[in-house]
Amino acid sequence: MFLQPLIDAVEPVSSTVQMPAAMSEGAESIDWLFYGIYWFSVVFIVGITGAMLYFVWKYRRRPGVSAAPTKDHTGLELFWTILPLGMCVVMFHVSYKTYITNAIAAENSMEIRVRGQRWSWSFQYPNGESEPTQLWLPIGKPIRLIMSSSDVLHSFYVPAFRLKKDTVPGMYSQIAFTPNKLGDAQIYCAEYCGAGAAEGSGGHYSMLGQVKIVTAEEFEKHMKEISKMPDGMTPDKWGQELYVKNNCATCHSVDGSAGTGPTFKGVYGRKETLTTGQQVEVDDNYIRESILRPQAKIVKGFETGNMPPFVFTDEKIEALIAYLKTVK
Amino acid sequence: MATVATHQTGGHAHDPNELDYLAAKGFKSWALTLDHKRIGIMYLVAVLMSFALGGVLALLVRLELFTTGHTIMSAAQYNKVFTMHGVVMVFLFIIPSIPAAMGNIFLPIMLGTKDVAFPKLNLASFYIYCFGACFGLYALLHGGVDTGWTFYTPYSSKFSETPVIPMIFAAFVMGFSSILTGVNFIATVHKMRAPGLNWRRLPLFVWSMYATSIIQVLATPVLAITLFLLIFERAFGLGIFDPSMGGDPVLFQHFFWFYSHPAVYIMIVPGMGVVSELICTFSRRAPFGYMFIAMSSLGLALLGFLVWGHHLFVAGMSEYATMVFSGLTFLVGIPSGVKVFNWVTTLYKGSISLESPMLYGLGFIFLFTIGGLTGLFLAMLAVDVHLHDTYFVVAHFHYVMVGGTVIAFIGGLHYWWPKFTGKMYNERMAQVAFGLVFVGFNVTFLTQFVLGSRGMPRRYYDYLPEFQSLHQVSTMGSWLLGAGFLVMLVMFIQSLTSGKKAPRNPWGSAALEWQTPTPIPFHNFLEQPVITRGPYDYHLATEEELAHD
Repeated sequence: MFLQPLIDAVEPVSSTVQMPAAMSEGAESIDWLFYGIYWFSVVFIVGITGAMLYFVWKYRRRPGVSAAPTKDHTGLELFWTILPLGMCVVMFHVSYKTYITNAIAAENSMEIRVRGQRWSWSFQYPNGESEPTQLWLPIGKPIRLIMSSSDVLHSFYVPAFRLKKDTVPGMYSQIAFTPNKLGDAQIYCAEYCGAGAAEGSGGHYSMLGQVKIVTAEEFEKHMKEISKMPDGMTPDKWGQELYVKNNCATCHSVDGSAGTGPTFKGVYGRKETLTTGQQVEVDDNYIRESILRPQAKIVKGFETGNMPPFVFTDEKIEALIAYLKTVK
Repeated sequence: MATVATHQTGGHAHDPNELDYLAAKGFKSWALTLDHKRIGIMYLVAVLMSFALGGVLALLVRLELFTTGHTIMSAAQYNKVFTMHGVVMVFLFIIPSIPAAMGNIFLPIMLGTKDVAFPKLNLASFYIYCFGACFGLYALLHGGVDTGWTFYTPYSSKFSETPVIPMIFAAFVMGFSSILTGVNFIATVHKMRAPGLNWRRLPLFVWSMYATSIIQVLATPVLAITLFLLIFERAFGLGIFDPSMGGDPVLFQHFFWFYSHPAVYIMIVPGMGVVSELICTFSRRAPFGYMFIAMSSLGLALLGFLVWGHHLFVAGMSEYATMVFSGLTFLVGIPSGVKVFNWVTTLYKGSISLESPMLYGLGFIFLFTIGGLTGLFLAMLAVDVHLHDTYFVVAHFHYVMVGGTVIAFIGGLHYWWPKFTGKMYNERMAQVAFGLVFVGFNVTFLTQFVLGSRGMPRRYYDYLPEFQSLHQVSTMGSWLLGAGFLVMLVMFIQSLTSGKKAPRNPWGSAALEWQTPTPIPFHNFLEQPVITRGPYDYHLATEEELAHD
């Protein structure tokens, strides 16, 4: 902790014994509080335990010596009621001030939307582009995350920022921070959200991601990259990459095995019966609708799937269609 | 108390069934008993079996976390195992543990009365508990529930594919058992005290039972309503917690914690009562600040109702609501601190002996102090946002619930065992078991504070490799802890089968429950006791009262 200023901005950012690396402005103020209360507690525990053990030794039972009758002492009682009360007032004040300072987003914050769904995160940048699992951020820029959930409760947690907040279906929650170190930071889900029935199908524990804190130039470059097909790639290959990156495999297999959603093996051109009894053929328009509005036409037998809508550009949807045509 | 008949006096002969509450044999003598001591014993057997079940589940959780990825079970199984561990430990074990088992056996004796105010209600509460437990076992045998013991919506109402309704119904039913015990104890403390036993002479254990009973009566109905709504939500799509029907999932958390936070005090306040008894008996000295310890139990009961919001600091409450709950949460530290300071000061100029119950009493002070202080970390909003829902919280509440309540429960069991079983146990084995439990517990859970503050979220089946060494240390600690309980089990069984006959007052205590003969007479006392001094007034007690026999 004492070395922190010396190794500022040197990679990899170092952690302390009890805390992971701090990578935002607010995080350092929280570490200060954490170690403050930690040492307060150590002194307190050593004091209490020391006094206890000393008394146990000093006043151990001896033949012929009986205990002194107890005399109450109101002054002492008031002392150890009022003194801790005073300490608590101070701790409350300092911690709330730190909390509220960190909670207020700066005027010029970049707003990014975070969506939690079982069991992955997706992020939508101000330019409308979205990507799963990775959240790219420019260093030094105040960030405001506006978060929601498509299914159950999740909690967006980045230890390096010392921040978490639940994402709640039907409600927006937000957190604000300014990343100040370059490098990667781990994202976790911190609110229990279940697991798939089949082994390896994912769950609360696998709802992870990375924050990538980069320079402003790298951030701009990345924004351009995610919106278009990489050079030298064919649409079906890009579609396959999108299938992997967006965790479609959690519910839709490509080998015909059963999942939460219909398998993609031979999906293109297949005749499906909907929950309404209606028959449809899986064509370009059906796939497009099912990505953008998954609840519009649900295949019979998959009522409980509850797939969230995916906001994709036309190019991405077309790449996915091209990929699905190849899955036979 | 001076007039308690400690030895059989006078010429009239007693029926053997009058002299020993355990004398009557046969199934019916237990199943239809109205004797508070026998009901307490039945509760004790039930909660100990629940504790064993919950403990095995805990060992499975720790074993799975020994390595990353799959160790012994799948993710779906892991979710069920940790949920069932929580449900069994909270609803079947820890809530009824001290009040329903030890409270039932000793509260009337400490009050110098024949029984609780409503003996039939008392038996009914035991059967209600069993009825509820049956639904819990049904859910367990049908694969178990995977919602976490907190049953958060919408996962529990719409997503989980496990038998959630029987499990919730179990908790719903057992709540009534808790309410009835509470009503019974409040009435008993108010109306059944022996002549001369005024409020300033009540044992601190009775004060803590009284405070606990108030919480049980006031808070448990809220849980019942909440679980009832959840059953309707899941079975009929009521919509009160469903945003797509205008409901609010966070509302469930408010309802749930409005009970479950006070429930934390249902769990810990009785433990504090037991420890007050242990400290006084084994230092042969009245508690320092008797009224302050007694009133701090009531203070905790009251404050317990005002701090439920700290479970929702990151759930999406307004910043101002979090401020109010953070401030109120700090206040909990004051009565807790008052108790710790008074216990330690009671030792000063005492006459201290370190028999196994006292080891648990002193262990409690150390472990509960850690549990309480780490609560300050979590009351501090800025720090809590980082620590919330991580292993730090897991470690914190295990220090309070296990390091606090379970240690006190086990300490009380050692302390009162000779009185209610009439048998002594092997003291050396008891000390070995204490050592294993104490060391094992600290190894298991101290590591989890570090896991949590370094960012390991709770309820994770798998984890990043950087956490593996700490998880392994924690798992090895759980083996020591398990070994300690195993030694204790052997010791208690040995005591029942071949233990020495217990004297009337093996610890030389001045308290009323030690003045009546061992085995305890059916009506608790051979003659109505008249109380002339407090339970801890060693300087007023006669030598005959403090003698072993």
